[in-house]
Amino acid sequence: MELLAFGKTGWGDELFYATLMTIAVSITAMLIGFLFALIFTPLKLSKYKSLNVIGNFYTTVIRGVPELLVIYLFFFGGSGAIMFVASMFGYYEYIEINAFITGSFAIGIISGAYSTEVFRGAIQSIDKGQFEASKVLGIKKHIQFYKIILPQMLRLAIPNLSNVWQITLKDTSLISVTGLVEIMRQSYIAAGSTRDPLFFYSFAAVLYLLLTFLSMKLINRLEIKYSRGF
Amino acid sequence: MDLELMINSFPKLLNATVVTLKLLSLSLFFGLFIGLLFAVMRMSTNLILNKFAYGYSYLFRGTPLLVQIFIIYFGFGQIEFIRESFLWIILKEPYWCAIIAFALNTGAYTSEILRSAFETIKKGYIEAGKSLGISSKIIFYKIQIPIAIRQSLPAYGNEIILMLKGTSLASTVTLMDLTGVAKYIISTTFKPIEVFIVAGSIYLFMTFLIHNFIKFLERKYNY
Repeated sequence: MELLAFGKTGWGDELFYATLMTIAVSITAMLIGFLFALIFTPLKLSKYKSLNVIGNFYTTVIRGVPELLVIYLFFFGGSGAIMFVASMFGYYEYIEINAFITGSFAIGIISGAYSTEVFRGAIQSIDKGQFEASKVLGIKKHIQFYKIILPQMLRLAIPNLSNVWQITLKDTSLISVTGLVEIMRQSYIAAGSTRDPLFFYSFAAVLYLLLTFLSMKLINRLEIKYSRGF
Repeated sequence: MDLELMINSFPKLLNATVVTLKLLSLSLFFGLFIGLLFAVMRMSTNLILNKFAYGYSYLFRGTPLLVQIFIIYFGFGQIEFIRESFLWIILKEPYWCAIIAFALNTGAYTSEILRSAFETIKKGYIEAGKSLGISSKIIFYKIQIPIAIRQSLPAYGNEIILMLKGTSLASTVTLMDLTGVAKYIISTTFKPIEVFIVAGSIYLFMTFLIHNFIKFLERKYNY
């Protein structure tokens, strides 16, 4: 237990901050994922074949390739790509991007592919009559989306989005390979310097369990809120 | 684009794919047995067995696979009892540690898939079997299991693909699987995009094959 003490004698405070980092990365990645889903869901649902192909390419590739490989691509390729863009503007110095940004971007792209599938499924399972009825009533396209489709879609999407959240939360453990100090990386450091890997990795497992448990509780509440009246 | 690198790295990556496939097939093989065992325990009326199986699947599905591998590979070596027993022959090898972690992990997911498949079997089938005087053992093997396998095929196909991606974590415990070799080539040549395209295509090709194989089975066992 003294290994977990706060302050200089133990790893308690380090692990606490690492947990906050895991939460921060997961939330950032989830939001980046939503942005990607916002772009790619309409592409997948579009009536134009060529747009469908782009949307399908994104979800198929990301969901078919290991997360770790995507992270390596961003980790090794990220600063190269930024430097390439910067060189077009006449900036030739070495640019190193922060591990937090690379990590949440990599996980965000992965999470986005899953979110896209969830949103696509949710929109497709809304009764066609809802679209037609609102059209007949002369409701404008964007009001139709925000007031009629979105509320119904969210109710259907929340259970599946909670799965995406769980996947995203667990995927953040992979960012530890890039050196970002989140739960896994901190446990690795602590295990290395105390020679007690069993304790620290088990504790990491407990922290992840706690995070998944608490977020499930929270999401269940949301689910109840959005399924009122059904 | 460095086409030469892509062509040169292809045979190396293909060699590493063999390791990935070995890891995948062994962990799926053991995982299926673990999954079946825990699915049966989940359905048992014995409260202790039931709770134990629930806790098992909660634990393995609620924590990242990376933690599980690290506990088994780095953690278990620390226990003196294990180091002195015959288990050490297996647990000192990263290869077997990875397979144990993967099998336990996929076992947890498989048990959930099988449990829900067993639960969706119509009671009428079992009752019909009983009224024909078939013993409950044979009902289980000849009626419940075949139906449950058919029911769980789509979900299990997804699980195989998730596990294929999961095997990439073997590279974190020094194994040179497809991702491990890809990372090695990237870090020596600093050409991430080229290597990603080649390694990613191999993964996608395997996903494609698995997906179609499961589709084929689904059609074959349709009823």
